[in-house]
Amino acid sequence: MHSFGYRLNALLTFSVTILAIICAFASYSDNLNLPSPQAEIQVSLTMNISANLESMFTWNTKQVFAFVAAEYETPLNALNQVSLWDGIIPSKEQAKFWIHTTNKYYFTDQGSNLRGKEFNLTLHWHVMPKTGKMFADKIVMSGYHLPEEYR
Amino acid sequence: MGWIGETVESIKSLQVRQVLTQAVSLGMIVTSALIIWKALMCFTGSESPVVVVLSGSMEPGFKRGDILFLHMSKDPIRAGEIVVFNVDGREIPIVHRVIKVHERQETGEVDVLTKGDNNFGDDRLLYAHGQLWLQRHHIMGRAVGFLPYVGWVTIIMTEKPIIKYLLIGALGLLVVTSRTKEKNIRDVDALNLKLNPC
Repeated sequence: MHSFGYRLNALLTFSVTILAIICAFASYSDNLNLPSPQAEIQVSLTMNISANLESMFTWNTKQVFAFVAAEYETPLNALNQVSLWDGIIPSKEQAKFWIHTTNKYYFTDQGSNLRGKEFNLTLHWHVMPKTGKMFADKIVMSGYHLPEEYR
Repeated sequence: MGWIGETVESIKSLQVRQVLTQAVSLGMIVTSALIIWKALMCFTGSESPVVVVLSGSMEPGFKRGDILFLHMSKDPIRAGEIVVFNVDGREIPIVHRVIKVHERQETGEVDVLTKGDNNFGDDRLLYAHGQLWLQRHHIMGRAVGFLPYVGWVTIIMTEKPIIKYLLIGALGLLVVTSRTKEKNIRDVDALNLKLNPC
């Protein structure tokens, strides 16, 4: 009963159990963090995005994936979400940012309903943990509209 | 040589009853693994509740060898979610992020476009020829949880099948021989009692 194999097995089982418990604990500890992010976007199809996502970061955060999506309704579709810009924030130090950028992806619709369209710009973020559960949330900013004529 | 001889000896000394007990206990291990897997399928609503990341297209978020837990609920699919999808004509499912969603007014059907965080362009090149959008039925689930490194075990086993067979063989041998050793000890005890009745 006390051979080398048994002891190795017991040690391995024990350490795997402990690892699993630590992982679960680390994931659970993210619930204790109450984030309070801020963001502001100005558009002329170049965008000025300023955001403060520092409160997203805990000890169990690997990175935060942030993106800006235009959301609008058309006669065909109840909801359209078109991603315009995204970025990966790898650390807390880079989580308070100001960026001036053009759209990274084309702002196209299924059909041609974009002229004079009202739309919301939403800053979404996905918190990717070192281990455990992933989180996502967003800030909606409304009151943008596209011009009647553009090329 | 001694160890091998001992093992061969213990296999020779097996009795029908013991073989049956061991077959049952092996069966228990296999079936309980199956039960856990099926129960996970039931709870998550996804046909494969756990997937291993095989490519680096989602780095630095997900690396090769990381494990993702999937969930397939009735909730509509939204931009930013990480989904696992099957493309017609491809065997291996892909894990990428949704960047565009168009949801129909009446039917609620969705057209979805995906992209890997680490890829330069969107996934239209990966889709079947002429396919522009993913529909609901392509999507196997969305990623909800993450565990690093654990998937390496399966990657190593699928890429080097020899290691898999060695491991299975060693485990099987361990199960078969460990019981007989116990029995041998018990036999010795019985013998001792016979010799020194007290």
